[in-house]
Amino acid sequence: MTGFLLSGDEDERGDTLQRTLIGAAAMAAAAGVALYFGRKRSETAGEPLLSDAPASTLRGSRKPDPALIGRTVTINRNAQELYDFWRKFENLSQFMDNVRAVETLDNSRSRWTIAAPAGTEIEFVSRITEDQPGRVIAWESEEGATIRNAGRVEFIDAAPGRGTMVRATITYDPPAGTVGRAIAKVLQREPNVQARRDLRRFKQLMETGEVTSSASPSGRRSEEPTKQYL
Amino acid sequence: MRALTWHGRHDVRVDTVPDPEIVHPRDVIIKITSTAICGSDLHLFDGYIPTMRAGDILGHENMGEVVEVGAKSPLKKGQRVVIPFTVSCGSCYFCGKQQFSACDNSNPATTSDMSETLYGYPMGGALGYAHLTGGYAGGQAEYLRVPYSDVGPVVIPDGMPDDQVLFLSDILPTGWMAAENAEIEPGDTVAVWGCGPVGLFAIQSAFLMGAHRVIAIDHFPRRLELAKGLGAEILHFREVNVREALFEMTGGIGPDACIDCVGMEAHGLGIDNILDTVKAHTFLGTDRPAAFRQAILSCRKGGRVSVPGVYGGMMDKFPIGAFMEKGLTMKTGQTHVQKYTAELLRMIEEGKIDTTFLVSHHASLEDGPDMYRHWHDHQDTYTKIILKPGLEKGAVQTQQEKIHEPA
Repeated sequence: MTGFLLSGDEDERGDTLQRTLIGAAAMAAAAGVALYFGRKRSETAGEPLLSDAPASTLRGSRKPDPALIGRTVTINRNAQELYDFWRKFENLSQFMDNVRAVETLDNSRSRWTIAAPAGTEIEFVSRITEDQPGRVIAWESEEGATIRNAGRVEFIDAAPGRGTMVRATITYDPPAGTVGRAIAKVLQREPNVQARRDLRRFKQLMETGEVTSSASPSGRRSEEPTKQYL
Repeated sequence: MRALTWHGRHDVRVDTVPDPEIVHPRDVIIKITSTAICGSDLHLFDGYIPTMRAGDILGHENMGEVVEVGAKSPLKKGQRVVIPFTVSCGSCYFCGKQQFSACDNSNPATTSDMSETLYGYPMGGALGYAHLTGGYAGGQAEYLRVPYSDVGPVVIPDGMPDDQVLFLSDILPTGWMAAENAEIEPGDTVAVWGCGPVGLFAIQSAFLMGAHRVIAIDHFPRRLELAKGLGAEILHFREVNVREALFEMTGGIGPDACIDCVGMEAHGLGIDNILDTVKAHTFLGTDRPAAFRQAILSCRKGGRVSVPGVYGGMMDKFPIGAFMEKGLTMKTGQTHVQKYTAELLRMIEEGKIDTTFLVSHHASLEDGPDMYRHWHDHQDTYTKIILKPGLEKGAVQTQQEKIHEPA
């Protein structure tokens, strides 16, 4: 097919079979290459890392924990302002979709109410493990939480005049293991999807003062014009 | 209210739907007085744009009267406003750089996943243009919710008729930005593929920016005639070999800048376009870029290629060799409408830009579905359609008695 644009009228039907065979051979070769590099990667798993990237972007077996989720968003506000908003955990339900409420218990502990599948709610108590004003907040669930989880949010200055990079890192033990994760995925509550969308809403709220909504009328009878459906 | 809704490929209807409501304090609701059908609405009509849902309200070239105002909107009831099709927050990094169509906040958190997957980063929001760009209802309806009303709407001075200013919503700034992206220098010859509304405004803009010659390419006689009326030389691509003609007409140099105002559904006779059509219909490819390829191959060495035409997915046979070896520059993108509206409104007021010569039909909203069929099937005579919810069903007014007179 290559070159037909320039050569125009070359007869293409004659070599269809030949091209199919070439295609099949190319795919077999590609599969072999993938297998080779796949093996090679697992052999080099223990070697020191060269990349200056967050751990959540590491590939395959180099990732320290398969349940590690990381996402960074740049927000056109200064780090202290963003930290202050986040540190007041009551605010989190304004942009975290599945967080119903957070209640501060004391300087380091807070009670979280989370929406769970099938209209249920779960509660756990979270404890701050690291707190650097304007820079880092880290937390983890206390013993006995239904979903054991730990999170860390860093506020990193972007280039001058470009605001702050907010990097959230979350590790979690999904409810009921793999099955629970599958259920969560169906309900679009899979944690990395959730983290991505929550951080987008955080950015919208901090930059524009509102969580963006395209709520509008449609010809779909089941929908109301004031709600976001997708 | 009544609204024109999309139900599938070549199936649009006028339905009764709920009225829009204020959702955020910066919103306003407008009562639509004029709403045009855009060439890019045909991509929705033809089913070329993914993420449409049955029941979506179309329409992104809108204007009307403010009838309801959110607590934090600077607008006032009764003001006449033109609404940019791009939804832009005004406070993110991109809006700060006047790259309004790249707004980082206007696509809701849930719908922006799709474009992040397709394009690497989430797209900004747009009115009436599928869920890829946010799923906002369009304005081919009696009323429209306008988010971020402190950023987009252009307040229209009294005495300027709708037809004169409506196209500030999309096609006029789109044609203008297409010419700006072509980086025209005095003495330049500019070739424009497609004499639809965007092509016609690109031709006008290119002359205003100092182009010496504009050569316009299409296959609809009426549209070529409109281009000629603007002072362009014209090529009917079924009559002539376009690349040869451009070579000869420019003395073997080639056009200094090429503007593709056609986009993903090019007509054309080339074997490449026939194959692209087959691929698009069998889901092996998404775009039919015949005009785009021709623009790259026709452009002079070191020239500029500007692409306002809409593309959505993957292209086969991108002539990367011609692009690299000739050292071309390409600029493209959805229009940063808010960047241009004030300047263009002033130019309309001063009589420097003619915005009404291309309008061929006014019709009621109720006649919208018929108008979509005409817009699709009779592109020669239907050169621009404006829907007016205020008109009675059946009240179709054929215009175009007004012909552009070169200044």
